[in-house]
Amino acid sequence: MLDANVAGSPLLVVENLKVHFPVMSGTVFQKQVASVKAVDGVSFTLNRGETLGLVGESGCGKSTTGLAVLRMLDITGGRVVFDGQDITRHDRAAMRPIRKRMQMVYQDPFGSLNPRMKVVDLIAEPMIVHDILPNRSARSDRARELLALVGLRPDMADRYIHEFSGGQRQRIGVARALAMSPELLICDEPVSALDVSIQAQIVNLFQDLQQSLGLTYVFVAHDLAVVRHISDRIAVMYLGRIVEIADRETLYKRPQHPYTQALLAAVPIPDPEIEATRPQIAVTGEVPSALRPPPGCRFHTRCPRATDVCKTEEPVLRDLGGGQMVSCHHV
Amino acid sequence: MAKLLEVRNLTTRFRTERGAVMAVDDVSFDVDAGETLAIVGESGSGKSVTALSLMRLIPNPPGEITAGSVMFEGQDLLKLSDAEMQAVRGDRIAMIFQEPMTSLNPSLTVGLQVGEPVQLHRGASWKAALEKAGELLARVRIPDAKARVDAYPHQFSGGMRQRAMIAMALACQPKLIIADEPTTALDVTVQSQILSLLKELTRETGAALILITHDLGVVARYADRVSVMYAGRVVETGTAREIYKMPQHPYTRGLMACVPRLDGVLGDRLVPIEGSPPDLTRLPPGCAFAPRCSVAEPGCLKARPVLEDVGGGHRKACFVSVESGVPAHA
Repeated sequence: MLDANVAGSPLLVVENLKVHFPVMSGTVFQKQVASVKAVDGVSFTLNRGETLGLVGESGCGKSTTGLAVLRMLDITGGRVVFDGQDITRHDRAAMRPIRKRMQMVYQDPFGSLNPRMKVVDLIAEPMIVHDILPNRSARSDRARELLALVGLRPDMADRYIHEFSGGQRQRIGVARALAMSPELLICDEPVSALDVSIQAQIVNLFQDLQQSLGLTYVFVAHDLAVVRHISDRIAVMYLGRIVEIADRETLYKRPQHPYTQALLAAVPIPDPEIEATRPQIAVTGEVPSALRPPPGCRFHTRCPRATDVCKTEEPVLRDLGGGQMVSCHHV
Repeated sequence: MAKLLEVRNLTTRFRTERGAVMAVDDVSFDVDAGETLAIVGESGSGKSVTALSLMRLIPNPPGEITAGSVMFEGQDLLKLSDAEMQAVRGDRIAMIFQEPMTSLNPSLTVGLQVGEPVQLHRGASWKAALEKAGELLARVRIPDAKARVDAYPHQFSGGMRQRAMIAMALACQPKLIIADEPTTALDVTVQSQILSLLKELTRETGAALILITHDLGVVARYADRVSVMYAGRVVETGTAREIYKMPQHPYTRGLMACVPRLDGVLGDRLVPIEGSPPDLTRLPPGCAFAPRCSVAEPGCLKARPVLEDVGGGHRKACFVSVESGVPAHA
């Protein structure tokens, strides 16, 4: 376990993060005609050993936030501070030593792992790139060790990825991410593509690894029940902004933002008797285009509590105490 | 109540390079008029192939319905000629697919596609069919429906496309709608809108609904009865309340335990089902779930359990009794 001193300091600080994608037009002379504000002013702090869940519907910017933290996308504005170091403007060379310490786990391990490489080489590849273990047999030993760590047999190292089931592939994806002994893992929908009986195995694996290795997670997902299960704190995103952030218990017991309430109400609970009496909160319509987000509060077009002020004035995240922050005029 | 649909011993086989696969293996179930039956299972359980088999949409080769009967309103659908079956599809039985973008034709207007069943099955003129399409689109609450008749699918959002698919399914007032993972590709708030709409419209029109899904929450919210499938077979069936309150089959119980719930106790560890779903080309001779089953007995590896009544229409295919953990007929 980590000592209390280290455990208290934030590993990751994100301040007013903005990631805008230019929209170009013109056949020969391209010029920017608009921009998609995929992430537009997101702030959060993540302590060591903690898990932050990022939830929201498609287009809310949760995956883009994860990629921007890893500096896999250009940051338009704001700051990303990793372990006290501002990495917002780091170039490739400056990012290299940082990359070892923050890794990514993808949704689809089959799409992210080269099918023509043996598992041992897939796991050893980052070690070569980062020049960790110069010796081939040492790398192979480490790869086998990592396989055991993620619950696979070390002798599976000589197989190819197509020989594995979906759950096993995700374990391999995790082993590869762990090859650099990172401190921070950004997990982008890591269990969404898996069958429910396999999801639980992988969720447990993430929790076990966090316990034994002291890992810090950003867990990006759309499944609110999974996020609630695995996260310490949860940020709910809508059209590029955080609308509510709180510890999991508060967020699920006392959600304050109308969007959080609607999201939670939309998720059915696997029990017909509970469902029969559960109040339904109707949210109409769908998420508007991020190209032209509504003025004022971005959720006002779908919000059952919207008034005139919501159409013109953008609410800011306000602290309600106890670590719960909400951006809504009516809370 | 009269049975609308009686499926008996339905068996669908696919020939693959690695041998024959019984994707649907001796499956039987009934659907009453107006009720919602959920077929639940994970990938490879045979739930979608069951739906396609009912509609006789199994591509042959490689697939083939090798046995069974599908009695619908007193007629065995498996014995109909292709032309007769064509007349049933989209008229008395309609289907809604998972991906509205791939099941809608991108080069035809939404109105033409929603109105087509009316023109085809009711002999309406195209003018009348398009008018009907406008009404149907309004019925599934597409805003400004009359104008949207001339829109193309790409001009619709994901939720609106699925609404258009529902409108198309409702066009001829079918007795049965089969919805295969109708909301899996949609966001959660849109998912609940679409399923509530579907449920409301089936209630209004008296249509029965077969809802195919992997989501136990969706089943709990919308289904009257449930059939749980594993490796091509129905392993448990009963009313939704019975199945959730007293799941009898170890697989059903495993599924319930491994899914995190919004109202679950925080800090509890998930109890996964160990192992992975079986390779359908190499199914064990006994119960297909036995290798992953925590209460399996030696007998489970030898013989296949069949569905047996455990009381009140609740049936399970398992040798082991729940209370004692010992074989029921040892």
